[in-house]
Amino acid sequence: MLSYLIRRLLLMVLTLFGVSIAIFLLLRIVPGNIADILFDSAGLIDPAEKKKIVADLGLDLPLPLQYWQWISGLFRGDLGFSYVSEKPVIDEILPRIPITARLAALAMAFAICLGVPLGVISAVRQNSGLDYALRVVSLSGLSMPSFWLGLLILMLFVNAFGTIPIYDRNPATWGAWFTMLAVPAAAVGFRSSALIMRLTRSSMLEVLRQDYVRTAKSKGLSDNAVTYDHALRNAVLPVITTIGVETAFLFGGLIVTETVFNIPGVARFLVEAIRWRDYPMVQNLVMFIAVVVVTVNLIVDLAYMIVDPRIRYSE
Amino acid sequence: MAPVLEVSGLSTVFHTRRGLVRAVQDVSFSVNAGETLAIVGESGCGKTITALSLMRLIPMPPGQITSGSVKVDGTDLLQLDEREMRKMRGGKIAMIFQEPMTALNPLLTIGRQIAEMVMLHDNASRAVAKTRAVEMLHHVRIPEPERRAREYPHQMSGGMRQRAMIAMALACKPKVLVADEPTTALDVTIQAQILDLIGDLQKEFGTAVVLITHDLGVVAETAQRVVVMYAGRKVEEAPIKEIFARPSHPYLRGLLNSIPRVGSARGLDVSPDERLQEISGIVPPLNDLPVGCAFNPRCSLANDQCRAERPAFELKHGDHYAACFQA
Amino acid sequence: MSTPSPAAGATREGPITPGLLSDIFYLMRRYPLGVAGAIIMSGFVFAAVFATWVAPLDPFTTNARASLAKPGGVYLMGADMMGRDVLSRLIHGARISLAVALGATLIGSGLGAAIGLACGYLGGWFDLIVQRITEVMQALPLLVMALVITASLGPSLQNTIIAIAIPLIPTVSRVIRSNVLSLREMPYVEAAKATGMSEWRIAIIHVLPNTLAPLIVLATAQLGSTILTEASLSFLGLGVPEPYPSWGRMLSESAAEYVRTAPWLVIYPGLVISLVVFGSNLLGDALRDALDPRQRD
Repeated sequence: MLSYLIRRLLLMVLTLFGVSIAIFLLLRIVPGNIADILFDSAGLIDPAEKKKIVADLGLDLPLPLQYWQWISGLFRGDLGFSYVSEKPVIDEILPRIPITARLAALAMAFAICLGVPLGVISAVRQNSGLDYALRVVSLSGLSMPSFWLGLLILMLFVNAFGTIPIYDRNPATWGAWFTMLAVPAAAVGFRSSALIMRLTRSSMLEVLRQDYVRTAKSKGLSDNAVTYDHALRNAVLPVITTIGVETAFLFGGLIVTETVFNIPGVARFLVEAIRWRDYPMVQNLVMFIAVVVVTVNLIVDLAYMIVDPRIRYSE
Repeated sequence: MAPVLEVSGLSTVFHTRRGLVRAVQDVSFSVNAGETLAIVGESGCGKTITALSLMRLIPMPPGQITSGSVKVDGTDLLQLDEREMRKMRGGKIAMIFQEPMTALNPLLTIGRQIAEMVMLHDNASRAVAKTRAVEMLHHVRIPEPERRAREYPHQMSGGMRQRAMIAMALACKPKVLVADEPTTALDVTIQAQILDLIGDLQKEFGTAVVLITHDLGVVAETAQRVVVMYAGRKVEEAPIKEIFARPSHPYLRGLLNSIPRVGSARGLDVSPDERLQEISGIVPPLNDLPVGCAFNPRCSLANDQCRAERPAFELKHGDHYAACFQA
Repeated sequence: MSTPSPAAGATREGPITPGLLSDIFYLMRRYPLGVAGAIIMSGFVFAAVFATWVAPLDPFTTNARASLAKPGGVYLMGADMMGRDVLSRLIHGARISLAVALGATLIGSGLGAAIGLACGYLGGWFDLIVQRITEVMQALPLLVMALVITASLGPSLQNTIIAIAIPLIPTVSRVIRSNVLSLREMPYVEAAKATGMSEWRIAIIHVLPNTLAPLIVLATAQLGSTILTEASLSFLGLGVPEPYPSWGRMLSESAAEYVRTAPWLVIYPGLVISLVVFGSNLLGDALRDALDPRQRD
């Protein structure tokens, strides 16, 4: 168990190292750097000044040195400066994290609270009218782009209240905070809940076919006890393992939803940084996202080990 | 003495895409307390569906028990509503399954799975139920029962799991135990131990056992009475000695001929030094049975009558019944 | 039906269906939702291929007087800010979606399958290294990776296809790899080896056909997700550039503003994206049920 954990952590570090190299190279194979863009857009033509900017930004250094400066800075907590705002990257990223984190947590909670029970109902009532309806709803949930769902919700607000919910940096109360984020969270979470519902349904159907479910029935347990005590316990295991994948999936939705609802979180910030070719910002943001995804996957694996005795008690 | 279990005219069908499948047709038998009745046949002959019908565990739909009665101590299970039936299941009639590897819930401890049964039917407290679980594990000769009760199924061997399964089934001292191929998945040496265990507990509790098996060796060692099934129907029924001494139905004779040394362990008169033979052909699909006797395409004795009418299940001699024109 | 001869020993699996046509009818009855999906997808492909003939107006012609014209009359689904016909732009936009969906899915699944087969077969160092690279790629959300790749390659149709295809590779290669590994353990493959059949023959006769079904299922399932990713990229302004009418970009052009002023500019493109993805999902589900017996419920 401990050796597994150590192995897992080492692999995690290796993966993140790979991500850092990949992202670093990807951003530098682009023809033209930030200096070119600044010059093009500003219409400046003084080559001496351009050279100075290139040197200031360290763009003339050899790639390995640039990489080393970035990574060693990362460990010191120094992420460099934004090309665009010229503020420290960390000061730009940190305040945006809680916004996205709250939105993500709310969306995930929404997805699980809706997806798991509906998946169970759908499986237990397999092939009933309700099952068909839920399957079509979940499939359309997977088919709708989340930014469109967001726009539709905005449209609803316009028609119902005449206004669009506006993001407020400092909501007065927790209630205000919740209502402000609940709508975008539902827009992102709907897609995830559809995915969780489908997974829960198929996992539940698989479990309901198992011999031990028949054994539980043969003991004289009620249908509810069989479904929730014996079957659901087993059915959620595969659903837990996908929460890691789910987080990555959710992030894509967050990017577009933050854009639609004008929420100043990290996800939308990534798109802005990419538009500006703000390398330090993009590479640090992508690194941050990778760390989050990999960490969530690790936590999910550990949670799985605790929940499943077959893994808990194996040497 | 009135039999504990009385099954009469039991018929179970499945509504499938390929039409109506008559899995069990007009099956009757009875078992006394402390007695073992074996139901024998090839896979697909309806013996497992019979067992599940007794427990009313047929998935409905597509399954449906169309007629008959299953009386345990005089109560017809088929007339009960689902709530009352749940009280019978596990309480009065319990079942053990073929695959000890998959029949126990992998996420619950053995003790919890047995205790659940006791709490449900004997209204016992959690503590009492736990003690009972340990007692039962001790009863089925599992060493260190206290420790084992806290373990999960995957930590036990197949034989051990089947013992735990038996402990669970007998925890509430049911009147009837339905054992569906309880030893098929186990090693031969373990098989004998498990059969002995069932026999001993049966004597102790006076349980009536319905043993479903395809293994005539197992039948010879345990049963007092045998029902032979083919294509969903009973084709022969007799006391154990009769079955081995004077098999009437060509199907049973075929089965006996296809197995080495049946019954010799109990000194039964088995036709000796005959070469092993197999029954040619396969079990016909239940939705497309041949006209006449269902066995006729595979029977060397079949004549025009066998191909035209279905033989009645009737008394042939002594306490020996069969459904065959040639017997 | 006559009774089988006793020695025949052949298993009869229900009535034998005569001919392909009745097979198709059977499948249609068995998977009505799959048929609905197939119809939606055919309509989509038809619109894309014959866009020039199907579209009532030219999708590029601007008309200042028709700016934000309401649906009705000449402009069935209204007109955009520049007075271009929304319906015609949607029909032409099908080309972009189809090109991206087909291109990215073929490239992604093809490369993924090749890499997966190689990993399953070669094993060893090659497999180990590819697995690590796969983990690196799976540490990034699909849209993030696609965004970074388009940012680095620059916006164009080809680059959009590449940016969407690359993140598909690890998903496909993982599935194919594990499929190959489990197939190699199958008794019939072991038996084929025991009879002295060459590795190549085994690969072609036993492993490839059994890998094809999950590959088709997976590729169909990816179709919808590629269309959605392209829409998201274009919505964020980093996908297929002007003048091509892309569904995602039709929504991006200050969509939040049009929510008030011209809802048809928001409703129709989103509806079309959702409908096509829905169709591909229906088709994918039916194919999975029909081809992949392990996933059947």
